[in-house]
Amino acid sequence: MLLAYLPILIWILLCAGLALAIVFLSHVLGRKRPTGAKLSPYECGITPVGDARSRFPIKFYIIAVVFLVFDIEAAFLYPWAVIYKKLALVGLLEMAVFMAVLLVGYLYLWKKRVFDWED
Amino acid sequence: MNEYALGQGLWEMGFAAAVPFTLVALSAMAVLLADLWLLPSQKRALPWAALAGVLLSAASVAFLWNEEATGFGGAIRLDRFSAFFAMVFLLGTGLVVLLSSAYARREGVERGEYYALLLFGTSGAMLMASAVELVTFFLGLEILSVSLYVLSGFFRQRPASAEAAAKYFILGAFASAFLLYGIALFYGASGSTTYAALRESFGSAAFPYSHGLLALAASGLLLIGLAFKLGAVPFHMWVPDTYEGAPTTITAYMSVVSKAAAAAAFIRVFGASLSSLQQDTSAVLWVLAVVTMTLGNVVAIAQTNIKRMLAYSSIAHAGYLLVALTAAGEAGYSSVLFYVLAYVFMTLGAFGVVSLVRKGEGGADAGAEALDISHYSGLAGRHGLLAAAMAVFMVSLSGIPPTAGFFAKFYVFSAAVRAGEVGLAIIGVLNSLVSVYFYMRIVFLMYMKEETVPVRGSRSRAGWVALAACVLGTLLLGVLPSSFARLATESIASIF
Repeated sequence: MLLAYLPILIWILLCAGLALAIVFLSHVLGRKRPTGAKLSPYECGITPVGDARSRFPIKFYIIAVVFLVFDIEAAFLYPWAVIYKKLALVGLLEMAVFMAVLLVGYLYLWKKRVFDWED
Repeated sequence: MNEYALGQGLWEMGFAAAVPFTLVALSAMAVLLADLWLLPSQKRALPWAALAGVLLSAASVAFLWNEEATGFGGAIRLDRFSAFFAMVFLLGTGLVVLLSSAYARREGVERGEYYALLLFGTSGAMLMASAVELVTFFLGLEILSVSLYVLSGFFRQRPASAEAAAKYFILGAFASAFLLYGIALFYGASGSTTYAALRESFGSAAFPYSHGLLALAASGLLLIGLAFKLGAVPFHMWVPDTYEGAPTTITAYMSVVSKAAAAAAFIRVFGASLSSLQQDTSAVLWVLAVVTMTLGNVVAIAQTNIKRMLAYSSIAHAGYLLVALTAAGEAGYSSVLFYVLAYVFMTLGAFGVVSLVRKGEGGADAGAEALDISHYSGLAGRHGLLAAAMAVFMVSLSGIPPTAGFFAKFYVFSAAVRAGEVGLAIIGVLNSLVSVYFYMRIVFLMYMKEETVPVRGSRSRAGWVALAACVLGTLLLGVLPSSFARLATESIASIF
């Protein structure tokens, strides 16, 4: 039974080996002419200002978490919709329960004024 | 496909098995939403709403007491075992809610989230005890743990509380990872995550050695996750700091509900499903039991903070539970159930007294919690009833008759002797002797010493009701243990 997982082990080794080989080979073979601009963290981006560990409003974090939750809710709807007919009434009710639980969370967030961006 | 009646369909899917914890989760949501529309003056209704949810769920458990159902494709099971633990969790939660009604208001954390998270945690614990499938069990554990991470940091302004939450969260997440790895290995070895499949693939005599190795590794990882929740040495590092920093009522909840839930899951996984590995697990548990008991009891002696002392005492009690789990068999496991029930009353009672006592007038920090052991000097003179209740809990925790703690230990050690673990039982008894010292020191301070710092006890009626229930339970289990012991034996018999 454990032997059945051997292909997965080989696959993992291949993937890891390939990734390491590419990094290693490009390090060995590549030409290196570093300049100040090339060594900066974001070569093509905006010039960095100040420290990365600065404080930022908690709103961004909360919005990110809320987005994650409702994004996953939408992702759950797809497989359910595919076998919607097979699940019959019980499936519909189960999905209703799931949506209701998230609705409670939504109401909570709303009343806590999470969606009011201006404060 | 659509023909059969809905009610029958729900019954066949085993929704009955989900009723008790669904009711708890629903009331948690109701509390959470109600809080949003309540005026500050109406927040006093919150604990009563939470208590109503607990009672409703307890009524449903009582109604389904003699039923058996397996639900959601063999993921959860309702039987006497899960009903027993559901009652234990609900009892603990109910008492904590009563104690919280005054404590939370005084400490300024009387908010809907507090009670909602308590109820969510309880629904997770109930799911852990009724799960018969590893992923469902993990889900229950996470619901309980995440609620507790937040609750232990509920005093947001206090560094100690934030430290408690951060330590608990980081170490807890680490322990969860171990547990999940163990589940993955079990899945790899048996091709399924249901307990029934575990029993089938590891129970047969013909199971090949390579599986045995995988099963041992998986059980080891699972054991680490559960030992963390139980607070067993060497996975106890978080216990003292988290117990000290968390709100006192939450500490009480953690030490009772979270520990009982870990014990329930342990019995379902290792006792009922992996009994073929019992020799190997017992060998590991033996060591864990000895270190846990000894470290807990010895370090508790040196403590000066009462919450820290009770934290080490709870580590020691986890050790006694491990003695019973080492003994295994129906006698060992039913003694775990009795122990858990006794532990609810005595530990909740002790923490309850701590939550009701605060510093009196005169000092700079009047009204703050009286957490130093020296604050208990002379408590009997000023608050006779509180001191008497605390004395009962201390006597019970040290295992002296006629209290619940005595019979709890008696059943555990006699199960150990019957299982041939005489040495372990002797170490356990010696440990209880050590524990008498630091429990009785509190009684000594309360009755024999003069008051050093003026303290005053809360007059919260709900708190007093909870304490009275704890005293009553502690004495009842100590005077009439046999009917409760029979209840425990019956509950265990339902899963073997």
